[in-house]
Amino acid sequence: MRAAGRVYRRLLVAGFRRQSTYRLAALGGLVANTTFGFLKVAILFAAVRAAGGELQGYDLGAVAAYVWISQGMLGSVNLNGRSDLADRIKDGDVAVDLMRPVDVQGAFVATEVGRSLFAFLPRGLPTFTIGAVVVGVPLPDDPLVYPLGVLSILLAVTVSATTVYLLATTGFWLVETRGLQLLYMIVSGFLAGLYLPIWFFPDWLVVVASATPFPAMLMYPTDVLSGRVDLAGGVVHVLVQLAWLAATVAAGQGLTRAGRRRLEVQGG
Amino acid sequence: MSATGLAWRERTAPYRAVLASRVRSQRSHRASFRTDVASSLLVGLVELAEVAVLYVQVESLGGLDLKAVLLVFAIADLGFSLADLVVGHCDNIPTYLRAGTLDVFYLRPQPLLMQLITSDLQLRRLARAAVALVALVVALVVNDVDWGVGAVGLLALALVCAPLTFAAMFVWAGGVQFFLVDGAEATNAFVYGGRYAASQPATVWGRPLVVLFGFFFPMAFTAFLPVVTLLDLDGAQQLGLPGWIGWTTPLAVVWAWLLAALSWRVGVRHYQGGGG
Repeated sequence: MRAAGRVYRRLLVAGFRRQSTYRLAALGGLVANTTFGFLKVAILFAAVRAAGGELQGYDLGAVAAYVWISQGMLGSVNLNGRSDLADRIKDGDVAVDLMRPVDVQGAFVATEVGRSLFAFLPRGLPTFTIGAVVVGVPLPDDPLVYPLGVLSILLAVTVSATTVYLLATTGFWLVETRGLQLLYMIVSGFLAGLYLPIWFFPDWLVVVASATPFPAMLMYPTDVLSGRVDLAGGVVHVLVQLAWLAATVAAGQGLTRAGRRRLEVQGG
Repeated sequence: MSATGLAWRERTAPYRAVLASRVRSQRSHRASFRTDVASSLLVGLVELAEVAVLYVQVESLGGLDLKAVLLVFAIADLGFSLADLVVGHCDNIPTYLRAGTLDVFYLRPQPLLMQLITSDLQLRRLARAAVALVALVVALVVNDVDWGVGAVGLLALALVCAPLTFAAMFVWAGGVQFFLVDGAEATNAFVYGGRYAASQPATVWGRPLVVLFGFFFPMAFTAFLPVVTLLDLDGAQQLGLPGWIGWTTPLAVVWAWLLAALSWRVGVRHYQGGGG
């Protein structure tokens, strides 16, 4: 058990270090996330002002927090659905992964989370800091919100990894998953609340979004930290995230087991 | 046929042959093409939803109501998707640079940009333009447009200039990517951020954003300013601009292409080869 824990920890560190070699890419991401952030702030501030200072539970401060936390998390959650694993399943390299004495899902998630954690250093924190300095982001009143918010962010990047894993494993059956990945890319950002908080949606669309794991990747942590929900509401969000984590992990285990029997490697 | 016509046909023959082969290759994989078309359609719809959802919440934003913003969105998105169709694959330059495959383009006796344009024409992107086109028709019906020669001319001008401006953005980004390679995402801030900005009312921006997306990258000129002139709204006045500013979109095109040409020339000359 302890040995297994060490393997995943090492994979997590490896993912973290691999990402650290792409410094220019991180800088590019920072420029993009910050610019989009300023555009989002402009239009959403105007919307809150037009609504008389409050819109669906958001005042200006909550909007600023929502924008800069979500922009900061963008480099760490995978909303495009692309993964190395999908390519490895397509070309058959996954056969090697399946032979290793390490769980394929565990290894994938550990590496992805390591990558995500690194991305907070050159992308996430600077984006948030620039936004907080230029626009101003109110701090949560209750000190308990901080640990809850950090937990929620960690759960968000993990749920993102376990969900992208599900997407990749459909390749055992479909082989070419590009169409599905495109669909994932289009839908995930919208339903995760990347462009607008999902609470601005009409009721039926909120229900649709809540039935997917996407809000757990972005919307819920921003709610917890922006003060749009109180501490109790924040705990509920975190519990929902935990439920999505459990569901996606279980589904991933099932799909890996079934896919192992499906896998057909061309060329022997 | 006249002599110049014949010369033109001869000069464009290689491009037409390549383009025809692209179209044929996409039509031969029917199932995959259908999936691609469906996703492009969905992209257009989600982008429309992003704009519309906000305007359903509030009556008016930055001087635009839901009907007016539909027209802004339609012109901007139609322009962007047409530009994306023709030059959107300039985004692939970093991939070509890393793989060293760009050298092949340099070896052929044709301009690099023309080769890039014809290398990957994606017909599925027309599906996204179709969403914008439908939005345009609906917007023109529901908005109270004072139809006359002036209105038709202004609209036609906007519809021609928007794709040209966005195309310039893609080419500008392409040139910069010769320097950035791994950092190519930085240009997304202005190309895709530009698309996002173009469907917003420029009146909600602070001064730095007005400078950046209003003038330096003339995104406000693609759709917002022509629409406020067309519908006789006070958006231009709020920015301290005259009401007829919507007619100046060709200037924005010229400026954007100056930027693009400069960036492209410097970028292409900077390239040292992939070592192949």
